[in-house]
Amino acid sequence: MDESLLRGLTPGVLAVLVRRGADFAAAEDAVQDALVEAVRVWPAGPPRDPKGWLVTVAWRKFLDRARADTARTRREDLLDREPAPGPVPAVDDTLQLYFLCAHPSLTPSSAVALTLRAVGGLTTRQIARAYLVPEATMAQRISRAKRTLAGVRLDQLGDVATVLRVLYLVFNEGYSGDVDLAAEAVRLTRSLADQAAHPEVAGLLALMLLHHARRATRTAPDGSLVPLAEQDRGRWDTGMIAEGVAILQAALARDRLGEFQAQAAIAALHADAPTAGETDWVQIVEWYDELVNLTGSPVVRLNRAVAVGEADGPRAGLAALAELDDSLPRHTAVAAYLHERDGDLATAARLYAEAARKAPSIAERDHLTRRAARLNTRP
Amino acid sequence: MAKYLLLKHYRGAPAAVNDVPMDRWTPEEISAHMRYMSDFAARLEKTGEFVDGQALAPEGMWVRYDGEGRPPVTDGPFAETKDLIAGWMVIDVDSPERAVELAGELSAAPGAGGKPIHEWLEVRPFLTAAPTVTE
Repeated sequence: MDESLLRGLTPGVLAVLVRRGADFAAAEDAVQDALVEAVRVWPAGPPRDPKGWLVTVAWRKFLDRARADTARTRREDLLDREPAPGPVPAVDDTLQLYFLCAHPSLTPSSAVALTLRAVGGLTTRQIARAYLVPEATMAQRISRAKRTLAGVRLDQLGDVATVLRVLYLVFNEGYSGDVDLAAEAVRLTRSLADQAAHPEVAGLLALMLLHHARRATRTAPDGSLVPLAEQDRGRWDTGMIAEGVAILQAALARDRLGEFQAQAAIAALHADAPTAGETDWVQIVEWYDELVNLTGSPVVRLNRAVAVGEADGPRAGLAALAELDDSLPRHTAVAAYLHERDGDLATAARLYAEAARKAPSIAERDHLTRRAARLNTRP
Repeated sequence: MAKYLLLKHYRGAPAAVNDVPMDRWTPEEISAHMRYMSDFAARLEKTGEFVDGQALAPEGMWVRYDGEGRPPVTDGPFAETKDLIAGWMVIDVDSPERAVELAGELSAAPGAGGKPIHEWLEVRPFLTAAPTVTE
């Protein structure tokens, strides 16, 4: 029994049931029942059309349950209006599932969990482990999300930006436990891009690929952070970078710029430089200007200050930084770096230590502490 | 999502508003207090925000390495000046605001006279292991 085959088919089957009018939670239960049936029956006689088989069985399970339900009258009204089980449409309509799982009525964490469950086909246990919460908690988070969606009918597709935010949240979780969430996010975004010709979907996919291509070099074997400038560029995944750049170029050619395309463009410029010293910082600053226009985000302005520091020198970077609120996350770390570049090592050491105290992750805290220590103990 | 530790300080924090030692409450008041906290945990499990929670015994010791071949130094139990952490709960929530909101609710557990004890809770975010992509 090929588990990955089943996992790949699950969202498509679920999508068909939802499209035919099954309530989301009931559809999921029915699909689970059908999967159990498949595991039991297929080894003896595998079907010629596995997806068609699953749809037929899942739909029958759904009808059985609906008929058994106490709210008989209401359900039978529903059944009368629904089409009979028929051939599976050739088009994959899991697209609706993406929108349903990222529905604006869900909190970000619920949307993420439900997307991994329903579109990704992961088990509740795998998702719980990846997010380091008890399985019971994750099960409740998912069933609560399903309850929230009860009665939501997708007559038209929702806002693609919501779906992209959810996928990017998954990507940024990286990995813990036995599931590589970043790889899972790439897989889901790729599948979304196959179904929706939207430049920002392509932009996000390109951005993920360009970041993912550098992942092996981003941390040292002991888990410590390696800054971009010190990464071993020979170990970047050039195939993945080429794919990301090609996807980005095709998206940019459609002339509907969005924030993910702009971020991907910056990532592409980094990936393109043979050495850190040859990075085209002037062009990167221009892309940051575009990003500021698109988002107005203070975090983007902060990153722009770093790029300005590289393009026009640390004094220019510090001037750009001075215009920003110093309570921004990583503001102190950026100030420390620019002061170090400017030669004011005492100030830099003090700011690195301060930034370490505010760091949100262990790897970042240790990295910043080492930077401070290196300046404080220099001969 | 981010995880937060809610620490219940029974000593070492500013005095609670309704600051009556638990052994002067009525048994019903103690039961009501315990029930409030277990209901709180059960409710957080339902919302998908509960991670873990434990109560701690009051007998704590400070322990320190005292050199090669020597037993660790301890200050002995029950030092009166010591901070006392009575227990903790770990939650996994969507925002810092939500963490503060929940800590506020936990602090409202009923105490003497059935009134909220207004105990102090320390709210500490966990450092995450995986770095967020920021380059």
